[in-house]
Amino acid sequence: MAFSLSATCWRFSVPAIALALGLASCTPQTPSAPPSTSTGSSPAPASGGGATISISGAGATAPNPLYQRWFQEYNKQNPTVQISYDSVGSGAGVKRFLDQTVDFGASDAVLKPEERSKLPSARGSAIQVPTTGVFIVFAYNLDGVDNLKLSREAFCGIVDGSVKTWNDPKIVKDNAGVTLPNEPITFVHRSDGSGTTDIFTHHLVKACPNWKAGAGKTIEWSTGTGAKGNEGVSANIQQTKGAIGYTEYSYAKQIKLKTATLQNKAGTFVPPTPDAAAKALSGVTVPADYAVKVPDPEATDAYPIVSLTWMLLYEKPQDPAKAKALTEFLKWAYKDGKQYADELGYLPLPDELVTKVSGTLDTIKVAAK
Amino acid sequence: MATSTSRTAMPTQRSNSSRLLDKGFVWVTGAFAIGVGLVLLAIAYRVGTDSLPAIQRFGLGFLATTRWSVNDEVFGALTQIYGTLVTSFIALLIAVPIGIGVALFLSEDYLPPRIKQPIVFLIELLAAIPSVVYGLWGIFVLIPLLRPFGIWLNANFGWIPIFSTAPAGPGIYAAGIILSIMILPIIAAISRDALVAVPTEIRQAAYGLGATRWETIFQIILPAAFSGIVGGIMLALGRAMGETMAVTMVIGNSNSIDLSILSQGSTVSSLLANQFAEAGGLQVSSLMYAALILFGLTLVVNVLAELIVRRFSLKL
Repeated sequence: MAFSLSATCWRFSVPAIALALGLASCTPQTPSAPPSTSTGSSPAPASGGGATISISGAGATAPNPLYQRWFQEYNKQNPTVQISYDSVGSGAGVKRFLDQTVDFGASDAVLKPEERSKLPSARGSAIQVPTTGVFIVFAYNLDGVDNLKLSREAFCGIVDGSVKTWNDPKIVKDNAGVTLPNEPITFVHRSDGSGTTDIFTHHLVKACPNWKAGAGKTIEWSTGTGAKGNEGVSANIQQTKGAIGYTEYSYAKQIKLKTATLQNKAGTFVPPTPDAAAKALSGVTVPADYAVKVPDPEATDAYPIVSLTWMLLYEKPQDPAKAKALTEFLKWAYKDGKQYADELGYLPLPDELVTKVSGTLDTIKVAAK
Repeated sequence: MATSTSRTAMPTQRSNSSRLLDKGFVWVTGAFAIGVGLVLLAIAYRVGTDSLPAIQRFGLGFLATTRWSVNDEVFGALTQIYGTLVTSFIALLIAVPIGIGVALFLSEDYLPPRIKQPIVFLIELLAAIPSVVYGLWGIFVLIPLLRPFGIWLNANFGWIPIFSTAPAGPGIYAAGIILSIMILPIIAAISRDALVAVPTEIRQAAYGLGATRWETIFQIILPAAFSGIVGGIMLALGRAMGETMAVTMVIGNSNSIDLSILSQGSTVSSLLANQFAEAGGLQVSSLMYAALILFGLTLVVNVLAELIVRRFSLKL
């Protein structure tokens, strides 16, 4: 149980205070620009020669467990490449990417046009590539109920507060043979601004006719308890009998929470498995900026709440050597990194998407100067 | 050196370097003191300027409305102000009597020093625990422990408005109790120092006039140490109002005002902790506005404390 205690970059901290407090995360990192002596570093295990390349990134929390694992495994195979990642949240990741205080950003939401325009032209355009798919589950804590099925009207009712007890007819209807207690439902949602909430509420907008709060990273919840971070939500569910909440699948998997089977657009009840979630992503048309959105997938056997998560890269990076190492890492992640995605409960990208993304990565000016 | 000679010889004996050192010391310490004040002003200035858009847009209505909608860009912080005041009040309600009691017990000679010192040490150690640890402890230990009691309170005393909702786990009561534990060492340690600092002569004079220990404590020692104790309470209140992490983890973070302390709520600090990282535009200025209000609240509390001390402290 680790709560990420990432220091937030307070905007009112004058530089002097930032220095005094040692808020390293707030001080701009001027790339030290190591002379590109290690130009020929290949993904194959380095022979120990060449300077260490330290790459830093920041952003979304949802893919953090996977990223950390990837960086760790990649570093084992390529000891000269060290990648550190600060899971400060998608919004902060985008901000740091635009401020150029990191080598890459990561976000659960695609860049908006006005965000793209903030990147100085010296860095070229912002390149946004998907890294993995995430899906969001309803995790719950209810003794004696192992395979909860939630129809659309049932989970819509839970999130807007109109379904208040576990034995509400809307829930009972689809759970024949299960004794549901007459106990209040405690809905747990995110209290901090989050990409997970963004994905989840975009689905609600499509799936729930009575949903009025809209979609976004922070919305007005009319019911429930707010908890900070995916780990906060899962901890709250774990500790509270009768609780249900949405969290990224890998977090629920990690502490073995029970997860609900959901009804999708076609009306099928689909259990939250990586296979079912992957079906939501197959066959979708991919725009040039990879802004694939599947708020409510059509496929009959697709799990309904699925999204991609993205890494943000500079077309003309300040430090080509770092950028080269980073693109090599990403290519490794799409191929050899798949096993870790499977293991942790993330969705590896479909092959045709990987081919396309590799082409995009080659457009990054890694050998400039 | 005999005092008589040194007194007369002093002006000529002091070397220039010693005098320079003296002056330098005054300047350096003065600069530190002013520097701290400047840092505060710099923060207040930045918070103030950043909150201007929200102040212009919402004015004082910000203090009286509860809607916090990022999508519609409508912000009001009444829920958070209410939550801050209520949680801090609960924390003081619990921590002040216990803290002063502990301080009295440890400043009197009830225990031999060999036993007393470790207890003093343990209480002060409470202040060194990181707040995220308090938060985790709150989620995994305190809330499961309190919830049955809360349900019982609601079932039997639900007609009292402050117990009128069934607890869902996290809530204002949990935040208040966590805060009380966090501020207890501050109150206990500072009060104890204040009590110990009461001159022995006063105590002996009271005994000499035939006062019992009970009378001495309540009519002589406590009033004599009053300003120190109030100072400690105010420091503690400042901590309680500004506490972020632990409160965020146990308060439930819901944007609604309910008289019931068993319901979820939100404080200004928890709002900032939750939303700052992902905020943009008017939301940032609104968060800054909320921070400015917290500044204001703290200022008011401190001024009140100063007034109380002036009004009631025993003139020695």
